[in-house]
Amino acid sequence: MADETRVAFRGGGYAPRRVAWASAATLIGLIALWQALASLGWVSTAFASSPVAIARALGQLGASGELWGHVSASLRRLAIGWVIGTASGLVVGVALGLYTLARSPGMAVVSALFPIPKIALVPLFIIWFGIGEGSKIVTLAFGVFFPTVINTLAGVDGVPRGLIRMAQSFNLRPWSILTKIVLPGALPAILSGFRITTSTAIILLVAAEMIGADRGIGAFVLQAGNLYDTDNLLAGIVVLSAIGLCVSWVLGRLERAWLRWR
Amino acid sequence: MSVSAGGAQRGVGQGGVGQGGVGLCVTGLHHAFGDLPVLDGLDFSVAPGEVTVIVGPSGCGKSTLLGILGGLVQPSRGKVTLQGTPAADCLNPLTFVFQDFALVPWRSVAGNVSLVLEDTPLSRKDRQTRVADMLALAGLSAFADAWPRQLSGGMRQRVGIARALAVRPAVLLMDEPLSALDAQTRGLLLEEFVGLIARTGATTVYVTHNLSEATRLGQQILVMGRRPGRVRAVLRIDTPLAARRADDPALQAVERSLWDLLRADAAEADRELSHGG
Ligand SMILES: Nc1ncnc2c1ncn2[C@@H]1O[C@H](COP(=O)(O)OP(=O)(O)OP(=O)(O)O)[C@@H](O)[C@H]1O
Ligand SMILES: [Mg+2]
Repeated sequence: MADETRVAFRGGGYAPRRVAWASAATLIGLIALWQALASLGWVSTAFASSPVAIARALGQLGASGELWGHVSASLRRLAIGWVIGTASGLVVGVALGLYTLARSPGMAVVSALFPIPKIALVPLFIIWFGIGEGSKIVTLAFGVFFPTVINTLAGVDGVPRGLIRMAQSFNLRPWSILTKIVLPGALPAILSGFRITTSTAIILLVAAEMIGADRGIGAFVLQAGNLYDTDNLLAGIVVLSAIGLCVSWVLGRLERAWLRWR
Repeated sequence: MSVSAGGAQRGVGQGGVGQGGVGLCVTGLHHAFGDLPVLDGLDFSVAPGEVTVIVGPSGCGKSTLLGILGGLVQPSRGKVTLQGTPAADCLNPLTFVFQDFALVPWRSVAGNVSLVLEDTPLSRKDRQTRVADMLALAGLSAFADAWPRQLSGGMRQRVGIARALAVRPAVLLMDEPLSALDAQTRGLLLEEFVGLIARTGATTVYVTHNLSEATRLGQQILVMGRRPGRVRAVLRIDTPLAARRADDPALQAVERSLWDLLRADAAEADRELSHGG
């Protein structure tokens, strides 16, 4: 057989891999570049600060205890608001997912209120709940509630009918069906909802703290901005992004622990 | 041995442990999904300790019928009655084995079997023993802690069987339990079913498309017609399950007559379609 052609490989690509060191190196490289540009005077430190100055500001804030005061106020609001919004959203979402009686009325209300930009409601909540903690926590809870309802409902709807029928065919009690079939089945959707609601919560937290607060990272960032203090301003932003990273790390852990079966 | 066609009759049971078990009686059963009539007047009975096989063309309402037998579908008209009293240790008289296994993916193999015992009066210790016994019976002891996704199709259905037998059912309702499996696994599992059915003596209703499964297992074979389904014929095979051989000419004859009954229906459906019915 003289007439032969080698079969060329054509199945490559489309399968990007994760390379851990490349992620770290990129971030470190960007920070180093920023520092270099600032040190060389190519960017103005008055406008853009520099990594070293931000680190110094963070150190001072930490040492004076001011940082902790703002962070603890923010974390408290974040935790309370998120937990309230999540708990009520889960209850409502499961109810809409399971009961005809709840579904249509509930969906009507959720669809009507969901598109409202929650920040627009802050002034109203201030009138209703006062300028203190109440209005901030309610804003957060409100913002967290709707995506939680929608994700939980989608999760419950996605639980295979066959599993519920199986459970019924073995006479499992309604409570067992809820806790052993419906909720675990909806858990992946609920957890991916948590990713959305935690970041929504941080956004709303900062916005609410900028509207009326003297403590909290949002308030701190705003004050620093008013004083053209970019070192402290960016230090506040670094803290916010650290909070976001921590939350996302915790969620990743939860997913790994609770969704091992996948 | 005798192979007879005719109306449903009480035959001799297979002689399992659960002798004097539970039968089913179906009277005047009709069902429609909205405007779609699916079952159109079924009357038959399932004798205690026997295997009743249901065959019929696709979409004729076999799964619907099985769902009604097991209380998962509410019939439009007619009723199903349990005849006899389940044994004292029976935890769920009417128990399903599902075509798609219906295993809970977030529970281990042992957890899936345990699940159906958790709402019963069984103590925790008895439950654990029962789970271990059932897994051993199904040859799954080594996989107790595996996730369902880690199992082959055949092993998944073994879990389905272990789970069903764990509640000591009076009647096993099996809807094409082998049709999601490859041919070799099907053959192996079918023989295991024969053993388990004989051993537990559970009355069995078995839906299948596969005519050799029908003649391997069926003591009474109900042939359903096209939708809306009725019982078109009832065949009996009195050869004990343990004595059946694939090359038995009598069994092959039953298989052929089943095929003749079904082929007629398929052809009819085809004609109807080509006339725009
Ligand atoms: N929940 C439902 N709602 C509406 N129609 C349904 C429903 N379940 C089944 N049907 C219809 O009822 C008819 C009978 O369905 P069924 O599943 O009982 O048939 P089957 O004999 O089991 O078919 P197959 O051999 O394909 O499994 C089909 O036409 C099907 O489309
Ligand atoms: Mg079916």
